[in-house]
Amino acid sequence: MLQLQDLHVSYGAIKALKGITIEVKQGEVVTLIGANGAGKTTTLRTITGLLTPKQGKVLFEGKDISGTPTHKVVAQGICMSPEGRGVFANLSVEENLELGAYLASDPARIKSDLEKVFALFPRLKERLKQISGTLSGGEQQMVAIGRAMMARPRLLLLDEPSLGLAPLVVKSIFQAIDEINKAGTTVLLVEQNAHTALKHSHRAYVLETGTIVLEGSSEELAADKRVREAYLGE
Amino acid sequence: MELFLQQLINGIVQGSIYALIALGYTMVYGVLRLINFAHGDVFMLGAFIGFYTANLLGISQPSVGALILVMTVSMAGSAAVGLVIERFAYRPVRKFSRLTSLITAIGVSLLLEYAAQFVFGATPKSFPTIFETQNISLFGNVTISNDSILIIIVSIFLMVMLNLIVFKTKLGKAMRAVSFNLDVAKLMGINTDFIIAFTFALGSALAAAAGILYSVHFTKIDPLMGLLIGLKAFVAAVLGGIGNITGAVLGGLLLGIAEIMVSGYISSSYKDVFAFLILILVLIVKPAGLLGSAAQEKV
Ligand SMILES: Nc1ncnc2c1ncn2[C@@H]1O[C@H](COP(=O)(O)OP(=O)(O)OP(=O)(O)O)[C@@H](O)[C@H]1O
Ligand SMILES: [Mg+2]
Repeated sequence: MLQLQDLHVSYGAIKALKGITIEVKQGEVVTLIGANGAGKTTTLRTITGLLTPKQGKVLFEGKDISGTPTHKVVAQGICMSPEGRGVFANLSVEENLELGAYLASDPARIKSDLEKVFALFPRLKERLKQISGTLSGGEQQMVAIGRAMMARPRLLLLDEPSLGLAPLVVKSIFQAIDEINKAGTTVLLVEQNAHTALKHSHRAYVLETGTIVLEGSSEELAADKRVREAYLGE
Repeated sequence: MELFLQQLINGIVQGSIYALIALGYTMVYGVLRLINFAHGDVFMLGAFIGFYTANLLGISQPSVGALILVMTVSMAGSAAVGLVIERFAYRPVRKFSRLTSLITAIGVSLLLEYAAQFVFGATPKSFPTIFETQNISLFGNVTISNDSILIIIVSIFLMVMLNLIVFKTKLGKAMRAVSFNLDVAKLMGINTDFIIAFTFALGSALAAAAGILYSVHFTKIDPLMGLLIGLKAFVAAVLGGIGNITGAVLGGLLLGIAEIMVSGYISSSYKDVFAFLILILVLIVKPAGLLGSAAQEKV
């Protein structure tokens, strides 16, 4: 479904990605783990067209989408819950979710998608009229994921959904990710929380300073000595 | 008391014009974080488009209909100018630093001023009478001219329309999203280039409306007329809290009233100085402006 081929991305003179190759197949949850500054966010921003690669390709369903403006990438079925959640703090939960459905025009469809988001995150239904800036971090993360789902993505990109959240909240967020995937959405998950990410994914890539150093099934990587030492704190 | 009321009315009229222009500054700042220094010159172009429209149509009978016609043409023309400025001056430099955009804005402003002097001539022109003005006595010696009433009514109408667009339409919601966070707005599937262009068009149309109202009221127009008024409207936007729509209206009215009071009670030669004194005071005491705050709604 998604293939990154030899992707190079720089910020001026800083090389953030030095030729990474990643594949995400239809129906999978693939996780990309790595330390601070490894280039995880850069990867996701390049997929969504917020950054343009220096070299290499982003193929979505066989078509090169690198350099395509972000709103057109979204229209093709790729949505993202960005790093830091990016919730519109001055708008209500409801308005945030409606903005997620910006490209949809059929009110019946928007309504049924809202119900699906409420099924995923019942908490959001209670907080519908609340101004998003006053929500807890966990609730804001639910808004960010729910909002991305409102566009009915075929590929969902998640940038560190567990960041700064209590273990119990992390658990419920990951349960929702499982459900989203079971309902047919392919997921590319970026995490520093390698332990949880490996448990909730099929395959994984390890990114270190702009280079993929390891890849394999999540089970394999969770058992790998290097991964255990560097990312699972053992 | 009568003097005070008279000054208040005049201040509101002056302030409405500032407010209409301040809205354009504040909206563009909201979506681009750019002080569009050419905005005052769009106000001037609006007046000149009105001047030529009225003359070309040979409007001989002043009427409300003539005014609406001239104003509509001027607003549409200026919106087009705003689109061209955004597309060919600001968009190409958007990816560079803010300073680049700021210098570009100053360049566009100078370009418009000198081009206008070249094309229209530097000497002031008399704006055609498209609206018969007369004074209406309210009570005692307090009077209001019918064009003052017109300025207030048209301003309120345009501000209500703007409010509906920004807060009740999908386009407005997209504008608010862009002003809050450009990248996240893109991730919603919003064509942010389009929204930014639309914001320029909207702001320019409001400036043109102000240009026509100003010209009907003060009757003289010239290529540099946007310079001082543009700066003052900018002060009004900062006073209200730049990026905040309600703030722009409030700032415009306050500045207009304060200025007329100063010229009425102290001396008219201090009125321009006073506007900039206010700017300095705001920047010292409350840099975010009256309605500005850290997490404000910026459009
Ligand atoms: N806007 C930018 N300008 C310059 N350098 C940047 C910029 N954004 C990121 N970088 C650099 O690119 C590299 C990769 O950053 P990136 O944000 O992709 O890392 P990350 O893996 O998402 O890290 P984190 O886990 O901290 O979010 C880092 O060295 C970072 O300093
Ligand atoms: Mg990151």
